[in-house]
Amino acid sequence: MDLSTTYLGFSLPHPLMPGASPLVDDLDAVKRLEDAGAAAIVMHSLFEEQITREQIGAVHNIQVHEESFAEALSYFPKPDEYALGPDRYLEQLQRIKAAVGVPVFGSLNGTTPQGWLNYAKQIQEAGADAIEINFYHVATDPTETGADVERRLLEVVRLVKAAVTIPVAVKLSPFFSSLPHLAQQLDGLGADGLVLFNRFYQPDIDPEVLEAVPRLNLSTSNDLLLRVRALATLSGRVRASLAATGGVHTALDALKAVMAGAHAIQMVAALLHHGSQHLQFVREGLAQWLEDHEYESLRQAQGSMSLERCPDPEAFERGNYMRVLQTWRLSRA
Amino acid sequence: METLVMARRWITVDGNEATASVAHRTNEVIAIYPITPSSNMGEFADEWSAKGQKNVWGTVPQVTEMQSEGGASGAVHGALQAGALATTFTASQGLLLMIPNLYKIAGELTSYAMHVSARTVATHALSIFGDHSDVMACRQTGMALVASGSVQEAHDFACIVQAATLRARVPFLHFFDGFRTSHEVDKIEELGDGDLRKMLPDELIAAHRRRALSPDHPVLRGTAQNPDAFFQAREACNPFYLACPGIVQETMNQFAALVGRQYRLFDYVGHPQAERVIVMMGSGAEAAHETVDYLVSKGEKVGLVKVRLYRPFSLKDFTAALPPSVRAIATLDRTKEPGALGEPLYLDVVSAISEARSAGLSYPSHVPAIVGGRYGLSSKEFTPAMVKAVFDELGESRPKTHFTVGITDDVTHLSLPVDPDFDIDSTRRDVVRGVFFGLGSDGTVGANKNSIKIIGEETDNFAQGYFVYDSKKAGAVTISHLRFGPRPIQSSYLIKRASFVACHQYEFLDRFDVLEYAEKGAVFLLNAPFGPDQVWDELSKEVQTAIVEQQLKFYVIDGYSVARDAGMGTRINTIMQTCFFAISGVLPKDEAIAQIKTAIKKTYGKRGEAVVQANFAAVDQTLAHLHEVTVPAAVSATRTMPPIVADAAPDFVKRVTAVMLANKGDLLPVSAFPVDGTWPLGTAKWEKRNIAAEIPVWDEAICIQCNKCALVCPHAAIRAKVYPADTLAGAPATFKAMDFKSNEFKGMKYTIQVAPEDCTGCNLCVMMCPAKDKSNPKHKSLDMAPQRPLREAERENYAFFLDLPEADRTALKSDVKGVQFLEPLFEYSGACAGCGETPYIKLLTQLFGDRAMIANATGCSSIYGGNLPTTPYTTNRDGRGPTWSNSLFEDNAEFGFGFRLAVDKHVEQARELVAKLADRVGSELADGLLHADQTTEAGIKAQRERVAALRKRLAGLGVPDASRLDQLADYLVKKSIWVVGGDGWAYDIGYGGLDHVMAMNRDVNILVLDTEVYSNTGGQQSKATPLAAAAKFAMAGKATPKKDLGMMAMAYGHVYVAKVAFGARDAQTVRAFQEAESYPGTSMIIAYSHCIAHGYDLIHGLDQQKLAVDAGYWPLYRFDPRRQAEGQVPLVLDSAPPKIDLGKYALNESRYRMVEQAFPERFKTLLAAAQEEVTHRYALYEQLAGKDKK
Repeated sequence: MDLSTTYLGFSLPHPLMPGASPLVDDLDAVKRLEDAGAAAIVMHSLFEEQITREQIGAVHNIQVHEESFAEALSYFPKPDEYALGPDRYLEQLQRIKAAVGVPVFGSLNGTTPQGWLNYAKQIQEAGADAIEINFYHVATDPTETGADVERRLLEVVRLVKAAVTIPVAVKLSPFFSSLPHLAQQLDGLGADGLVLFNRFYQPDIDPEVLEAVPRLNLSTSNDLLLRVRALATLSGRVRASLAATGGVHTALDALKAVMAGAHAIQMVAALLHHGSQHLQFVREGLAQWLEDHEYESLRQAQGSMSLERCPDPEAFERGNYMRVLQTWRLSRA
Repeated sequence: METLVMARRWITVDGNEATASVAHRTNEVIAIYPITPSSNMGEFADEWSAKGQKNVWGTVPQVTEMQSEGGASGAVHGALQAGALATTFTASQGLLLMIPNLYKIAGELTSYAMHVSARTVATHALSIFGDHSDVMACRQTGMALVASGSVQEAHDFACIVQAATLRARVPFLHFFDGFRTSHEVDKIEELGDGDLRKMLPDELIAAHRRRALSPDHPVLRGTAQNPDAFFQAREACNPFYLACPGIVQETMNQFAALVGRQYRLFDYVGHPQAERVIVMMGSGAEAAHETVDYLVSKGEKVGLVKVRLYRPFSLKDFTAALPPSVRAIATLDRTKEPGALGEPLYLDVVSAISEARSAGLSYPSHVPAIVGGRYGLSSKEFTPAMVKAVFDELGESRPKTHFTVGITDDVTHLSLPVDPDFDIDSTRRDVVRGVFFGLGSDGTVGANKNSIKIIGEETDNFAQGYFVYDSKKAGAVTISHLRFGPRPIQSSYLIKRASFVACHQYEFLDRFDVLEYAEKGAVFLLNAPFGPDQVWDELSKEVQTAIVEQQLKFYVIDGYSVARDAGMGTRINTIMQTCFFAISGVLPKDEAIAQIKTAIKKTYGKRGEAVVQANFAAVDQTLAHLHEVTVPAAVSATRTMPPIVADAAPDFVKRVTAVMLANKGDLLPVSAFPVDGTWPLGTAKWEKRNIAAEIPVWDEAICIQCNKCALVCPHAAIRAKVYPADTLAGAPATFKAMDFKSNEFKGMKYTIQVAPEDCTGCNLCVMMCPAKDKSNPKHKSLDMAPQRPLREAERENYAFFLDLPEADRTALKSDVKGVQFLEPLFEYSGACAGCGETPYIKLLTQLFGDRAMIANATGCSSIYGGNLPTTPYTTNRDGRGPTWSNSLFEDNAEFGFGFRLAVDKHVEQARELVAKLADRVGSELADGLLHADQTTEAGIKAQRERVAALRKRLAGLGVPDASRLDQLADYLVKKSIWVVGGDGWAYDIGYGGLDHVMAMNRDVNILVLDTEVYSNTGGQQSKATPLAAAAKFAMAGKATPKKDLGMMAMAYGHVYVAKVAFGARDAQTVRAFQEAESYPGTSMIIAYSHCIAHGYDLIHGLDQQKLAVDAGYWPLYRFDPRRQAEGQVPLVLDSAPPKIDLGKYALNESRYRMVEQAFPERFKTLLAAAQEEVTHRYALYEQLAGKDKK
């Protein structure tokens, strides 16, 4: 079965790849992913804020105690190589790039224009084949409007596009009020791909000690539906290629994402659960299904259930919501 | 042979680096042990080797840290015998520990050069500062002694002695003054590798190797010799000592031919027909040199002999150095030899002159008068005025034959009068002299070192920096003394009159006489939270007066707001540095700013753009915020500087302590001091440092009265009290109280009170506080709030709180809550804010302080425990409290053991006498005394009452036994002996003694404050350092696991051992202390102590303790041999099996993170090994605790 697809301009043998995650921290794990047939490797994000905090923290925690007391002018050795910055990330990217034959995509979460610009360039210089902009935004500021947030995102994309020559994908959160409008603007700026959607840390509450506990729940197949609708809405309406991330656990999940319009499918939770060979299992299942249903290729199914082509587009729109509720009432009645 | 001599560089380094630079490049094996002020030499050597820097023969020297200086010396001796070029660095007690090996190394005529930053040997007190008492204790070892007096000389002589020893075969001890030279930063000319190669020809090294022990041409050394042989054999080395001075001079000549700097065994400077001559060595000779030049220029016939090679002492060269015209000689010794006719150099010069005359060598036609003086002990200032005082004395018809200079001796009247106005420093108008007051934490010293580098390396100017540090670790004050000028700077003393005075902390103006340093017309730069229009009105009368009278040019900047806006937090270093350059004009403004930015990039570049950018922003914003203040013609302030200590302070504190607190201790005369180093307790309470920007505020409405805040406070600055309601009468208006909630003190009141002026603002109490407001959990029963607005009211509240009655010790429960009502007898120490050690010591004093004797190993705990001016141990209302002493670093267990031997002997005799006098004092009382149960507070109280009754009855007896018993009666009340120290002591240098004391099984309690590094000397690894963590001497992460001291102690079977972490399980900690004390044999508590050397904000110290325990890294246990008698397993594990990965704990700390960052692959391996070690060790403990499920 021909599972080939085109994502960010790359011809890939199939759409399945690991998503941004700790899966790529270890070089052996990366190799295992390639062995399992990953079509590309997506690095976890380089977080500018984390780098900044660590740099400032190092000054705060180490330097404030120096040159204060006659017996101890310092408290730590000073290795030359000790660099708190993007170096380790970039080195790991280089190592992965050298170790695998498939495309390697960097990922960046910036906080300042300077950060976006510089780190994007450095990721390109380190050999990334494409870069994913991880625009991780949690709205907490009552003075910032939705339009402000979108403007900020667009500005970042403009900056990064101007800074690098490699393809740029934009990973979005599901909380933009008019995704198609935003997608069109991103398209206008030349974004090469849209990755749907980011998963957020969801702080839990520990009532015993009255503390918020940071928690990242891994996705389940249920999470896919949100992506399916978004993909279906955008498919065929934007030039940028589309990737689904979050909720693909089985071959059937992958198929649904493809039918909704995904050119690439990023998996994390399933690989964490079942190991890297699960990617191969999903690929085989996908091929099998297409074969069983007498498809010629994956491309034949790609976008077949988008809003544009779906026989019942209303299902993706408001009606969907109405009907589900009614069904629910009926079934409980 | 590659002997290319490159153009030499000018570098700005301190004396330690200058010396280590040569030593590292000219040796193969370096064995070290940290000791102030020489530690940095070993650290440099280790760092260079760790980074792969090679010596001049192309190999990376092997640097190894040993367990003590004795060990380092032994290792060096072995390495030398095996034919390596080997060296070490040390000082003070460390050098003393090396002496046995020095005799051996010299006796075996071994080519060897070692380097000593000379430091005071502890006598009536320890001192980390410089004098020659350590080196002088080595005169008889056979080592050649060479003194250098400046950073350049230390660099040059490190080379000269290495070359000379290879020729002479006599080993060399090269020394320079601790701190004054070891820590002075200077611009010097660096010797290139080519220079060093030329000075150290291969044939001499080959000869050294040929003398090595080798099984291929075996010899025997270290024989035992008998009366028939030893004496003659000992004399056999004489030709080498006779030849040595000539060889050293030849080496100096060779050095001069190569480098251009000519030294002589005795360098004479001064008038060719000098009549008055000083003979001395070390850095003081530089101040003397300057003064001699000045006085000669004024027409005085004075001179100076600088002693370079002190041993072997060359009579011929000494005599030749003296001008024949000399009529009077003053020898100056930087050491004291009580009871001797004179100090060593004096005796040598007297002998030399006498011998020279008999040998016909002496030029003077008449015998010069020779007098000897002491100066500069423990880095006491030695200034041109003092030099002049010595010359003046030599001009007297009958000069004092033995004198001191630099102090006022009003007891034996030995001191010379010194003219306080004599000053040559400020007569040199082309020298910029800057004095900067800063906080350690604001980065002032670092910025100044940086300025020296900029000026030294970017201009033709010479530069010098010397830094005076605080005796306290939290809120430490630093004073930087910087000189810049067109000639090399010889002024080896502090600046007294500065052309630039900067005060980087506004509050200092109320604590110190900052402007006493300002000369007329000087610039005064102040960092203050006030604008140029407002600042004048905020100043005290004293400060205004100084500004007006001295006609100062006054500038102000609100550095903290600039720092805050630039994202720099409280680091104002680059801001104040920019101000200095902008105002002082040492460099053109734009060039200076460019240089500062280059330096910032160099310093932080590796660690990140974020810090660089924040600093750049700060520098760029500075000039816009720097303002010159228009100084009014007259003083307008009515406010005067607050008194240093409160009026209520005891006389001694006011007369002595307060003077030291005001930085004027130099003015105190000899009579002000105790004769034997005995010091009163309870002085810290009079020093109100007000160093916390924020302090905790108690909300009684939500307090659950757990008292955990009081337990964790490192400074006893937040306390709990339960007291009768009626004592609240007259409480200040803002004093808070609530009903006590438990049954044991029903109807009583309860208060948590902060000591606002003693709190360091560390936040630990707030972090620990479990009581949250249910509808707004952000608010807890303790929240931090700015100190200044609270200061006055809380000061009053705290005073009222202290006056409230203490709880009845006999009625308190022994749990965490109960013991926190016990009065702490250790308070407001100078330990770091958030210190992880002091809560344990405070707890010890709460539980047993009124009957505790503490032997304290040298280290952090002896410094915050006993470093003047003020000390934290104190007494209760009955005048009882811990008695404390520090003997040495290495002997602490034995020292405390000695306490026990004495106390047991006292008890034994007292009991014998009670039995003997039973009929006279009453058999019931005697019986009670002899059979008292003292296992509880009530029992102790009852015994104290019996002793009081006994004393009354003894008073009337009038027999000798009665008075003997009266002397010893207090010992009938149980004493609690504690041996306290850090891991450097317990795991390394003191382990032999510790082990022996444990084997003795006497009732001694050992408290190991385990920070897992040598914290006090700057974080060098000990055997307690964990696997995978970085420390000095373990830059790439320690490759071996932490030594399991507890397990080793348990192996005895009879030792009580507990491992505790108060931040993880405070109840277990309290219980361990109680059990250890009650155990009648040896007890040891190993206490997890978070530390700034772990590299994280100590606000999280308690969380890290919890994580250490949760990860199984720090299992909590108590091994109580008493349980065996009850048929139980002695080991009880108090913590659960590991429930998180080690990384979850470790990676919160920079000591691990930096290994991960710098050596990622190695770290992965180390962390995995550490994880395995944790799992394995916990399983082992489980087995021992009988929890093995198999």
